[in-house]
Formats: sequence, C-alpha cells, structure tokens
Amino acid sequence: MRHIIALLLENEPGALSRVAGLFSARGYNIESLSVAPTEDPSVSRMTITTTGSEAILEQITKQLNKLVDVVKLLELTEGAHVERAMMLIKVRATGAGREEIKRLSDIFRGRIVDVTNSTYIIEVTGTDDKLDAFITAIDRKLIMEVVRSGAIGVGRGEKALRV
Amino acid sequence: MELSGAQIIMQFLEDEGVEFIFGYPGGAVLHIYDEIYRRDKIKHILVRHEQGATHMADGYARATGKPGVVLVTSGPGATNAVTGIATAHMDSIPMVVLTGQVPTPAIGSDAFQEVDCIGITRPCVKHNFLVKDVHDLASTLKKAFYVASSGRPGPVVVDIPKDVTLPDVKIPYEYPANITMRSYNPVSRGHTGQMKKALDLILSAKRPMVYTGGGVILDGASEELREFTRILGFPITNTLMGLGAYPGTDEQFVGMLGMHGTYEANMAMHNCDVLIGIGARFDDRVVGDVKQFCPGAKIVHIDIDPSSISKTVKVDVPIVGPVKSVLRDMIAMLKETNSRPDADSLAAWWRQVREWQSIDCLHYEWSDERIKPQYVVQKLYEATGGDAFVTSDVGQHQMWAAQFYPFDKPNRWINSGGLGTMGFGLPAAMGVQFAFPEAQVACVTGEGSIVMCIQELSTAKQYNLPIKVINLNNGYLGMVRQWQEFIYEKRESHSYLDSLPDFAKLAESFGHVGMRIDKPSDVDSALKEAFAMKDRLVFMDFVTDPSENVFPMMMAGKGQTDMLLPAFCKERELA
Repeated sequence: MRHIIALLLENEPGALSRVAGLFSARGYNIESLSVAPTEDPSVSRMTITTTGSEAILEQITKQLNKLVDVVKLLELTEGAHVERAMMLIKVRATGAGREEIKRLSDIFRGRIVDVTNSTYIIEVTGTDDKLDAFITAIDRKLIMEVVRSGAIGVGRGEKALRV
Repeated sequence: MELSGAQIIMQFLEDEGVEFIFGYPGGAVLHIYDEIYRRDKIKHILVRHEQGATHMADGYARATGKPGVVLVTSGPGATNAVTGIATAHMDSIPMVVLTGQVPTPAIGSDAFQEVDCIGITRPCVKHNFLVKDVHDLASTLKKAFYVASSGRPGPVVVDIPKDVTLPDVKIPYEYPANITMRSYNPVSRGHTGQMKKALDLILSAKRPMVYTGGGVILDGASEELREFTRILGFPITNTLMGLGAYPGTDEQFVGMLGMHGTYEANMAMHNCDVLIGIGARFDDRVVGDVKQFCPGAKIVHIDIDPSSISKTVKVDVPIVGPVKSVLRDMIAMLKETNSRPDADSLAAWWRQVREWQSIDCLHYEWSDERIKPQYVVQKLYEATGGDAFVTSDVGQHQMWAAQFYPFDKPNRWINSGGLGTMGFGLPAAMGVQFAFPEAQVACVTGEGSIVMCIQELSTAKQYNLPIKVINLNNGYLGMVRQWQEFIYEKRESHSYLDSLPDFAKLAESFGHVGMRIDKPSDVDSALKEAFAMKDRLVFMDFVTDPSENVFPMMMAGKGQTDMLLPAFCKERELA
C-alpha cells in the first residue's frame, strides 16, 4: 500500500537527517521525500511517500512522532486530499515528432517551458500516477532526462496541519 | 550575572542539582575544565577511558533514577563514548553527554580531533543538540535534561564547539527553571476507557500472567506493581531489565522469562489466556518466534512509548502512559469494584504453574572438585544478605547472576540488557558506588568482559571505591562456547581466551586486593573475607567449571516452550 505522510518539522539543522536516518535504520521504504520551508519560518513541511502494510505504517508514524523535531504529523492517504508532484522532462523533438509530443503534452495539460531545434522541456504536474502515465505515453527513446519533485499534498476541507 | 559559555555550563549543572560529572579532558573542552578547576560543588570523576565515563554515569542513573552526566572532548573522546551512549539508549537510561567540538568556523574542515558527533550519535540517542551560539547554551542544556529524564528516558548528547565556551565572551545568565517544547510532550496519564477495557479483560482471566520490564523500574512504579499484582493474586515474571521491580523471593514470582528464563515463566507465558505486559517491549530474547508467542492470549500492554506497542507482537488493549500513573489508576478501579477473577480457575492455574516449577529448572550438579559458577552467585547472595547492588557484564555470568540472585528491590540489578555491552559491569558498579558510598556493590563478571574496561580499576583506586569484583573465570567466552556446543557441533571457534593475566596480581598492581579461589570449599569464606574489607576493592578471581552451561535455554527464533533443560530436569519433565 502506498501512503503519503505530511510532517511539520522544527526548522533545525539536522532535522532532515533524523527523518532520513530513521527510514534507513529501521528498513522502511521511502519512495519520495519533499521538504521546504513554510510561511512560518520556524517549521519546514515534509511530505514522504512510502509503501508498507498497515502495521508498518503504524510503526512509521509512531517512530516519526517520537522524533523530538517532529511537531505534527498527518497521514494524508487516510482521508480525502489533494496531491501533486511536478515533473520536468526533456525530450528529443525533431521532425514530425515535434507536433506529436506537443499534442501529447496538451492532453496531459503539460507546458513546454523550453524549446530548441531538437528538444523540448515539458513541465507536467499532477499525481504520481499521472506523471507515470505521461512517461509511459512518450516514446522511451525520445526521453533525455526526467526530474520529479516527489509528491506534496494537503488534506481537503476545514482541517489544517499547522502549528 | 554575566558568564562565559564554560561558566554557564558549570553554573547550570550546579543549578540543575548535578552531583557528579564523569569525564576526561581534551583540547575542545579545556575552557570547561578550567572552570571545573575553579569550582568544587560538583565532583568531577576522572576516568581512564571515555567508555568508562559513560558506563559510570549510566550505573549512577540506573541506581538513583537521576540522569548521569558525562563530559568528553571532541573526536576520539566522542567516539569512545558512543558504546556507552548506545548502551544507555537501548535500556532507556537518562543520561546527558556533553561533547566538545572544534570551534564553529572549523566545523566541516576535517580539523584536528573533529568528528561529526551529531551524525555519529544520532541513531543511538534520544535526541542530540549542536550549540552554535552561547546564547542558546543554557536553554539547550535544560532541554537536554528534560528530554533525557522525561517520557521514555534516554541519553541526550549536547555537542559544544570550543568557541561557544570562550572565557572572555560573557553574556547574562539565568537558570531556565522551566522549559516547554512544542514538539515534545510525553503522555502523562493513561486513557480511562482503555484502562477500563483492560480491567474487564483482566477480571475475566482464567490463566492470567503479568510480564513486566525495565519500564516499571525507570518510572519508580515498583510499589504500585506489587500492590496491583497482590490484589489480583496473579503469577508474575520479570524480564532481565525488570528484575527487582517485583520481589524475587515472593511466592507469586515465577522467575525471569525469556531465552534463559525459568521453565515455569516461559510455560506460563505460553499457556496464559490474558497477558498483562507492563513497561516491557516484547523483545526478541523474550518472545522468540513471534508467530508462536502466547498463542491463546489476549494481551494488555502498558507503556509510555506508543512505538513500543504492537511493534513486534500485536496487542489487544494498548494503554499509552507512564506505568506508575496507569497502575495507580487501575489499582483504584480494582478497589472500587467487587468483581475479581474466578477463584477456582485461578487456583487451578496456580496448581499448573507449581507443577512446572517442580521440575527445578535451575538445578545444577554439585562438584567437590570444580567451582560451579551458580554456586558462587548463591554464596554472594548469602554474603550480602541479598541486599547488594549487583552489576554485571555480558554472557553466561550475567545470566547466572540474574537467575541465582533474587532481587527484592528495584534499581539493584544493573546490567546491559538491550545492547549487551561487555565492559559495562565494572564502571557501572563504580557509578553505583559513587551514588551510594556505604552500600555493598558487587560486579559479577567474566574474564572476557572484565578486560574490556579493566583500566577503570585505576579510577576505582583514585576514588577509593570498595567494589567487590566477582570474576567467574572459566577461561572461555562462555556464552559463545555454549552456542558453539549446541549449534555449531562443538567447534569452539575463537571462544577460548588464551594468555589471560593473573587477575589477582593485576588487581594488586592497581593497588587493590586480589584473590584467586579455585576450590569449592573456599568460595564462602573468600566472599565473607572480601565483604569484610569495607574500604577496599577486592578482585575475586573464581576459577570455575568451564563445561557449565546456562539452562534453561530457549533457542533463538524458536517458540517459548522450546527450551533446552539440564539432563536432570528432562527426566522430571517426562515423568
């Protein structure tokens, strides 16, 4: 099962390494991790995508909560939420293929953000599934570079994860 | 009051009520040592190796319940302390370790005696701090003591760069009496609904079992545990870390459980219908194979640490909270209700438990020729009136001490249960003796373990610590040899310790009294003679039977009832 965990972390040096270290020391999977400051300069918000059974997820959330630098934690996949990741993908775009890739990018609501004679850089946002689907849709041979941000997410409705 | 960083550290430690600092000087902490030189309120104990300092602070903490304090320099000072920090971490012992660090501008430049102390210690501390600004020093130290000693306790490292302690940079200081941390709020009470649920289950039990660990001792909940268990009349077992929480000589006590626990404790665990785990963590040395653990039992688990709950064994009624407060609440609930577990079922259960007890699983064969290690521990119990602080190292001697010295009081049995650190016993005993100068302190050790921190005999001389070292010397890494005998067809790969020193002479060279005892008939008199020397450290080198094994033995990864027993009991078990 895939889970997305959102954390508010004290903005202390080394806080990121405590989280990363916990995952490696206890052998938990980490699919992606995305972290940046928030409007409150004292905390960073981190989003972790992980896989594991319910029992493992329970341990992950408990162990994370135990870290002194973790202020709050929410498992987003437990409820309704909005989830986004961003991808920049550089593809070879020549001849007739140029038009084909442009059309595909439109279908995925991507944006071409850089153009040369022979390449495009396309920006796509969405769930990880959607980004996967875009990669699958493009001819493998044309892909030059893929950069993905890792998922971020917010729970829907009134409730908010904040200090 | 305007103070320098070094002065703030010392003033803070005084204000915090610290009695001892176990430490070793070096370049990065010299400003602090200069301040120690000017003060005399806190006693600084100069060790011989930083590992010794951490174990002493740890022993002090285990015996007193107060956090132990360590001061070491950067680089090798810090790395030498790591084993002791990890030892304290595995057993949840409150400790504050101050490590020197190279000056902030030099951090990351591979400076002399620089290591990334925060990075190295991160996985084996409850928390650690790097203080980059002298203005943060006092509040960080307060946080360190608060985190170390609250909730599930543990070691906290504070890494202090040398420039933060500069003598001529002075700032105002006020003792931070209180501190709040928004990201750290240990639970203070158990959940009433969960406690009620647990009580219903407990009162419905027909074959109940109480299983308690180090958490009861850490929270000072021994009295509550006694009352709770006596009201219910249930059989009780303690883990290696929990010995003494319930009196070892009490009728309801069925001995330690686990890998070298008693037959009756492990059988009762396996066959119980309601298991009440208190301040214990269902560790692999207790559980064995998770799939075969307590197959017919509903499990109640009381623990301060939510992550301990259902970590290895899934439990039915978890109660997160300090065991002392939870037990108090549950005792009150028990007193309010007239309902009690079914007396007939409980009586039948006790008959079964007594039957298991009757096989006498700790039996060993007497010998007139060779000293049996178990006998030495039994005689130690007699010589000390059962009232000593006993520390141990790790191996066979540790298990025999746990099996043959019943502890009636908490905080008396001090050993490295989680990490299993050889070298722990002697310095830990010293930490205990510093805390209780008048008490009888014995270190039960083996010739393998004792040499791992033998240098601290020098510290013991400097501070005149009258510890009694009981060296069960069988010339082998006994537990390793035992596994090799049972699991590796007696291939004794590197478990024989050749070229051992003459321990009696070695102790004498450090200025202590040394004895070598090789006849069973001399054991008793030697112990009495040693304990009569109230102001001397006596190193007793007992030459013991090398073929002796620790029984019972639950094989690693197997079920709880899968125990190897001495030949004597096997016949009885079949009968």
